[in-house]
Amino acid sequence: MPRLIELVNIVKDFSQNRVLDNINLYINQNEFLTLLGPSGCGKTTTLRIIGGFEQPTGGDLLFNGESILHTPPHKRQLNTVFQRYALFPNMNVAENIAFGLKIKKVDRTSIKEKVQDMLKLVNLVGFENRSVTSLSGGQQQRVAIARALVCKPEVLLLDEPLGALDLKLRKEMQVELKNMQQQLGITFVYVTHDQEEALTMSDTIAVMNEGRILQIGTPEDIYNEPKSAFVANFIGESNIIPGTMLEDRRVSFAGTVFECVDKGFEEDEPVDIVVRPEDVRITSKDAGALVGEVKHVTFKGVHYEMRINTGGFTWKVQSTVQSPAGSIVGITVAPDLIHVMQKSAPVREVNAL
Amino acid sequence: MTSYNANMMAVLKRLYMGLILFFMYAPIAVLIIFSFNASRSRGTWEGFTLDWYIRLLNDQHTQRALRNTVLIAIFSTIFATAIGTVAAIGIDKLKKRSRTAIMLVSRVPVMMPDVIIGISLMMLFLFVFRTLGVGSLGFGTMLLAHVIFNVPYVILSVTPKLRQLDPNLYEAALDLGSNPLRAFVQVILPELWPGVVTGAMLAFTMSVDDFMVSFFTTSPGVQNLSIRIFSMTRRGVDPSINALSTIIFVVVMIMLILINRRDRRLIHKNAEDD
Repeated sequence: MPRLIELVNIVKDFSQNRVLDNINLYINQNEFLTLLGPSGCGKTTTLRIIGGFEQPTGGDLLFNGESILHTPPHKRQLNTVFQRYALFPNMNVAENIAFGLKIKKVDRTSIKEKVQDMLKLVNLVGFENRSVTSLSGGQQQRVAIARALVCKPEVLLLDEPLGALDLKLRKEMQVELKNMQQQLGITFVYVTHDQEEALTMSDTIAVMNEGRILQIGTPEDIYNEPKSAFVANFIGESNIIPGTMLEDRRVSFAGTVFECVDKGFEEDEPVDIVVRPEDVRITSKDAGALVGEVKHVTFKGVHYEMRINTGGFTWKVQSTVQSPAGSIVGITVAPDLIHVMQKSAPVREVNAL
Repeated sequence: MTSYNANMMAVLKRLYMGLILFFMYAPIAVLIIFSFNASRSRGTWEGFTLDWYIRLLNDQHTQRALRNTVLIAIFSTIFATAIGTVAAIGIDKLKKRSRTAIMLVSRVPVMMPDVIIGISLMMLFLFVFRTLGVGSLGFGTMLLAHVIFNVPYVILSVTPKLRQLDPNLYEAALDLGSNPLRAFVQVILPELWPGVVTGAMLAFTMSVDDFMVSFFTTSPGVQNLSIRIFSMTRRGVDPSINALSTIIFVVVMIMLILINRRDRRLIHKNAEDD
């Protein structure tokens, strides 16, 4: 796949404050790439640099291999769906969608046709003459998408487009957006702080924090093989336990030695162990590698969430089978589900939604 | 007993309000009534007539003054509205500290006594003319002075509209391929329009209303209506002054009522949108 957009060593300062620190990223044609991170991590700034609304302090931005740093936004081959939609209040739905086409001097009959096609695509047939201020959030959202897509951009930039919608609508729109992207074959660059949204929709996720990209990969990669404790903690829930790498494939944590699949660490190197709550298996007292007491059980619908104290560490465990609070159980973790990471900066608590 | 007190209070409140309005409008009422008086006397009523108005309309000086007032009001409104709108946008884009400072500075002319604005503008014009060696006070300087004192009113009425503006609207227009000028005309200006129109109406009213600044920035040969009234009173009092004042009063009053109704309608509209 050819590289469509490339960010090379992008740096951005806002009056002494470094908000983007050496961002390197490429986006392939037809890719759905998500910039994921907590608020203030620089993801929106990155998107605004691609859109041309912000000039980077340093670095280069390539489009089809050519620098577009000095191309003003209205001459870039991409369109944006803004966070709060930014529909033009003085125009009705059809006029909003037709705005870009009129600028391109498309003739009247084809404008009408294309607007109709778009209304069909976003399920708003019959809304042509409605004022945009009379629409619900979800409908405004669809108009914003239609207005951007009607120009047939090579790339669509989306800045938390589903942030203002309620949960049910958001889930529906996630599926619809993904379908549209595949149907139309347009490259999507999507910004969100919602890890679930990122996992559901993306081909590739770039996890950002404090102006840096921490990890780029497929949703599966990011979820199953997080490269740092921050990523592990931000994407889904995790047990993060300090440990020591004894030798290749042998690691000690929580007072016990476990087999694992990681290697290449130094002997006795201190490490962070990440274990997903659904990867902890509950066994009988005698069969477990660790023994602990169930402190807490919460019913979560599909599964139960339990807190199991093994003396020194309280495990977050998810299972479809409930072990009652107060019972003594054993727990084990399969070697390939133990993720060993180099100790990096201390993990900061993040409210992953 | 309590209800008697409450009634008394209500009556007193109304009386008080009535007295204030009476003192405010009694002089104007007298002026209007005596503009229709058949006698030259300002004390006795001797029957209804439109003579003073007819005489006024036939007076060449007054005709010229009327023309000057109207031309200056129209052109100063156009220039001040354009300059003020652009200035408001520029001020809005500034960082917070400089924005507060400039808003304060731009408000000063609104609060400054007219006589000071008038004299200072006159001194400035004369200084420039002397330095250049050409030019004199007249229609041009009076127009310029009106533009200057009208700009703040436009800035003050456009600024709130800018505050309400979605910052992404302009970017969205650019994003869809519109150049900056087109984005401004087709997307931003329609959003600011109610503020621009209110500012223009205020500017027009202020221009028609002004005497002091005009007086200092023109030459004796070029009069507007308010200067004409002033010069007529110096030559002896004549009820056509009453007629002229009545005309100005009515024009200004109509403008104020229009502005007021507009504001109320906009508030209603905003309330419905929410």
